Amino acid sequence: MAIRTEEKESVATSKPLFKYREARPVGVRIVNLNKSFGDNHVLRDLNLEILPGETLVILGKSGSGKSVLLRHIVGLEKPDSGKILINGEDINEARSKRKYVIAMVFQSSALFNSLTVEENVALYLREHGIVKDEDAIKKIVGSVLSVVGLEGKEKVMPSELSGGMKKRVAIARALAMNPDLILFDEPTAELDPMMTRTIGDVIKNLRRHFEVTQVVVTHDVDLAFYIADRIAVLSDGKIVEVGTPEEVRKSENPVVKGFINTRFE
Amino acid sequence: MNGLTSFFQTTGEILRLFLESIYWSKSAWRSRDKVFMQMMEIGNNTLPVAALISLFIGGVLALQSGPQLAQFGIEENIGGIVGLSMVKELGPVMASILVTGRVGSAMTAEIGSMSVYDEIDALRTMDINPVRFLVMPRFLASFLTLPFLVIYMDIIGWFGGAVVSAVNPDIHVSFSVYYRNLSELVDFSDVVNGLVKAMVFGIVVSVVCCYVGLKTKGGPREIGTSVTKAVVLSFILILIFDYYITRLLMLVGLD
Ligand SMILES: Nc1ncnc2c1ncn2[C@@H]1O[C@H](COP(=O)(O)OP(=O)(O)OP(=O)(O)O)[C@@H](O)[C@H]1O
Ligand SMILES: [Mg+2]
Repeated sequence: MAIRTEEKESVATSKPLFKYREARPVGVRIVNLNKSFGDNHVLRDLNLEILPGETLVILGKSGSGKSVLLRHIVGLEKPDSGKILINGEDINEARSKRKYVIAMVFQSSALFNSLTVEENVALYLREHGIVKDEDAIKKIVGSVLSVVGLEGKEKVMPSELSGGMKKRVAIARALAMNPDLILFDEPTAELDPMMTRTIGDVIKNLRRHFEVTQVVVTHDVDLAFYIADRIAVLSDGKIVEVGTPEEVRKSENPVVKGFINTRFE
Repeated sequence: MNGLTSFFQTTGEILRLFLESIYWSKSAWRSRDKVFMQMMEIGNNTLPVAALISLFIGGVLALQSGPQLAQFGIEENIGGIVGLSMVKELGPVMASILVTGRVGSAMTAEIGSMSVYDEIDALRTMDINPVRFLVMPRFLASFLTLPFLVIYMDIIGWFGGAVVSAVNPDIHVSFSVYYRNLSELVDFSDVVNGLVKAMVFGIVVSVVCCYVGLKTKGGPREIGTSVTKAVVLSFILILIFDYYITRLLMLVGLD
């Protein structure tokens, strides 16, 4: 199968990046989180601690509630009960006062189809008037696009991009916010192995350029072990195991063993 | 959920979206480009068709009532009859039905697909209020543009009536008689009456179409269903509001 040349571009750059703020990676504590949709009790007394500055991967089967969990952290869903604390503050109290920035990369990329790549990436900065100077915005957009290996794609419309490129634009859009916490929902779902590797490298290398806490949700076990500082396994609405990749690999928990050892032989 | 509570809930939510749109109009100046683009869109999409249909509406009004009037020898009143029907009823109603079909449906489709493909959620995670970003510019553009569209359609409709009145042998009223009668019978208050309706219909169409778009969940099929729903609901509400605004304007003596 032919590999598209534009998707082979290298992703790592060592150029200094232009940023509008200094991020301070946040810690997240999730306490006894419960969420049901009708009779479907998706999250059941879920507890999880995410440390400032780490890359935590949440592994779980399809339909286990990974997206629902991320949507709670970013505030798109309200818990039925339980709390989510970011830097010790409940996110559902005093939302307007919060001083941290959270960005989310959606499973569907969720690019704005009527806007160019550049407008997508710069939207947050422009809409909030955070950066007034258009030259500065151009520099930020250029530098985050180079981090994801998409230099020069500013004027392209999302409809002209492949799935993998859309994902990378979505990552660039999140990076332009210079977030303290970045959430990735299935960043490699529906991508070929080459592109999965590229995205994996992008995520793994982000912390060379950005001070940020990363939470990556996936069902791709190889990706998880490649990028994670720690791995949490989600099953039946609970975190059943959490630890470093070595610890999780040695886990005696049958659910975890079943999940990470399901391979074609 | 039973029908009645869901009816009240929907009504409440539409009302709320309307109030939020008014609230966010405070940032209209900052979004002036977007408002202007929406106004251009409404113009581009409706002006040619609007000309065509209003020409024929004016024509058919003359054709229906002209020969009747001629039987009683009062055909010189045709100008006023076409003029008033156009200004007070058919101008605003047809203009807003046209805007619903050509622009409102596009609003629902566009916002609906943004809901379905997580773009609305993406806006929220970027602390960008979807009502300010998406609904308010469409709301303002419809509200501001519809009165002009109505005036445009009125003028063309009058002309359509004039042509038919002059050409049709059963009516046979010259342009000058037609327009003299029209200017005698159509008051400024009648024009205002029509423009008030146009503004209200502009609000109804934009709020309803955006509301249904924002409520869209599921996939591509649901976007189609939403568009149909939005168009039908807008039509119904336009006609219901038409009645009540007419009543209201009668009460305040603007009829
Ligand atoms: N808005 C919603 N309304 C009703 N049910 C929902 C909603 N969102 C999620 N669910 C249900 O919650 C459960 C978990 O969904 P979720 O999307 O979090 O799964 P996931 O782990 O992200 O799966 P995948 O790997 O396929 O993305 C599913 O059973 C889903 O049907
Ligand atoms: Mg998911």
